[in-house]
Amino acid sequence: MDTIKSQQVTFKVFRFNEETDYLPYYNTYTLDVTHEEVVLDILNRIKWDHDGSLSYRRSCRHGICGVCSIKVNGKGILACKSRLFDLVEVFGNEITIEPLSTKRAIKDLIIDKKDFWDNHAAIKPYLVSEIEEHPAQEHLVSPHDAEKLLEADYCIQCGACHYSCPALEVNDSFFGPAAFAAAYRFSADVRDEASVDRLHIVNEEAQGVWDCVKCMECAEVCPKEVNPIEKITKLHNMVFEAGIAKNNVATRHAVGFAHSIEKHGLLDEGELVRYSEGNIGVLKHVPVALKMFAKGKIVLPWNMPKADKLDEIKKLIKSSSTVKF
Amino acid sequence: MEKLKYALFTGCTAKESTPEQMMSTLAVANKLGIELVELTEASCCGASHLQDYDDFLSLVLNARNIAYAEKHGLTMVTICNTCQLNTAMTKHRLDHNAELKAKVNAKLAEVGLEYKGTSQITHFLYAIIDDFGLDKIKEMVVKPLSQFNIAPFYGCHNIRPSELQNETHKSPESAYKPTSLDDLIVACGGASVDYVEKTKCCGFHAELQAPRTAALLTGNAVAGAMDANADWMVTPCPLCHLKLDTQTHHASVALGREVSLPVLHMQQMVGLALGCTPAELGLNHHVTKVDFV
Ligand code: SF4
Ligand code: SF4
Ligand code: FES
Repeated sequence: MDTIKSQQVTFKVFRFNEETDYLPYYNTYTLDVTHEEVVLDILNRIKWDHDGSLSYRRSCRHGICGVCSIKVNGKGILACKSRLFDLVEVFGNEITIEPLSTKRAIKDLIIDKKDFWDNHAAIKPYLVSEIEEHPAQEHLVSPHDAEKLLEADYCIQCGACHYSCPALEVNDSFFGPAAFAAAYRFSADVRDEASVDRLHIVNEEAQGVWDCVKCMECAEVCPKEVNPIEKITKLHNMVFEAGIAKNNVATRHAVGFAHSIEKHGLLDEGELVRYSEGNIGVLKHVPVALKMFAKGKIVLPWNMPKADKLDEIKKLIKSSSTVKF
Repeated sequence: MEKLKYALFTGCTAKESTPEQMMSTLAVANKLGIELVELTEASCCGASHLQDYDDFLSLVLNARNIAYAEKHGLTMVTICNTCQLNTAMTKHRLDHNAELKAKVNAKLAEVGLEYKGTSQITHFLYAIIDDFGLDKIKEMVVKPLSQFNIAPFYGCHNIRPSELQNETHKSPESAYKPTSLDDLIVACGGASVDYVEKTKCCGFHAELQAPRTAALLTGNAVAGAMDANADWMVTPCPLCHLKLDTQTHHASVALGREVSLPVLHMQQMVGLALGCTPAELGLNHHVTKVDFV
């Protein structure tokens, strides 16, 4: 039971109408907030009591339709699920409410999610299966097989991860975490027959899984605990297992670790760059390497340190390796 | 207070491209009276890439590293955010999945080892904050960093996913408003600078396969710190350090703006405040010159 029942919170709310405004601005409202209120309650109160023109999306009010996602002090949330008091505990009682992406705002907190849906559509987010027109029985999936989806099917397409992903922010072609979670959801389904097609799509440079910077933001932000980066890792694994990993800098970068560890126990950093980039590609790293060398930051091959009990590591690599490249 | 003692997992970087990380860790531990037993048998954690190629192999190797800490009966301390994540993630997965743990242990048995799950895993940042104590650090400061505005750069893998990291931290912090590094800066007498990018990604893990993405993220981070009037940056992650210290030329080109700041390892900052010499802390090993000491 919360001991404080209500407190004053100042809300700075992003306002912008693409039809009439050149630039966005913020309106400030100070309200008494009670401990049972969620962000959507506040938006409703602002709209009903202060400014009827405030625009935002809402529908289910139960955290399942995904349309009410916005950002509070930079954190992506579902407005109908996030308790104000929890946010105040982290950020204090000055709360900034913004759309998921300010550059995509159409009206106030409403954004144009076209890029999100385009990316979603591009990975074939549906089950591909030859089925009889009048099947005699259902196509049953065992509980064990259903578990393989790793709850990727919990995604409600709210876009919180998509508009928080730093890789996507600077690379328009990147599919983004939600699309990858969907790609995994269908490719991991035992009934699906398009898994290899989908893996080819997510294996492409610039748009695919190799461009993820592994920041874990998508795992952090997802209100449904879908953990997209976990699915991205699974897609990496599936690309290797399906034997369709292209021999390029991205795949060699992952494989190079196994080679290095087998040889030294540790990572041979210089050799990893050479192995990943190839003998010609590595040349572009020479200027930085020289600067590092001058500062004693490069270990020459003959001085490469080794882990103790290397024989143990070698033995484990031999017996525990599950994929070939 | 009982003497603090940890099993030190150095990771690879401290042995290769950031020798100053190793030097400053030892210098600070020495000042604070913390005993570190180096896990010389440990292998590379896979740096979040080996698992993309071979997840099971990555689990086995990380479990082996933890098994060595367990043999010493010590908490494992890491000095790299990515080592921290990979090791803590391995522990989490094995401790929550008996079947997987048995499979991994069947492999470890081949070399006479067993993963039990008895050792905790923490990063040196949290060891000195949670176990040693900020107040005691404050008392030991002999050269307060009072003339500096210092920009904390947290690095992804110490603060996200918070669920995992909070399992090991005694005083969990928010992934959206972490305080550990800010508090440490203040304890060392400096002023901590607030800027949006302090919890963002440096781009390190995509440097080879997505160089433009990586360079822009690096550039944004340094630019954010510069715009907030920082004199220098500080990070607990040697990978962030490498990116922010050695890659500013690429970042400047990608961003179309000259960005560069000295970037110190968290240990170097603490070491300076505790009176260690620049040489002990390896400040001469930086590519972006540390010109204020
Ligand atoms: S982990 Fe990868 S996909 Fe997820 S938010 Fe970060 S860069 Fe984007
Ligand atoms: S993965 Fe999570 S955050 Fe991303 S769109 Fe789906 S529900 Fe939203
Ligand atoms: S209104 Fe449906 S998720 Fe919030």
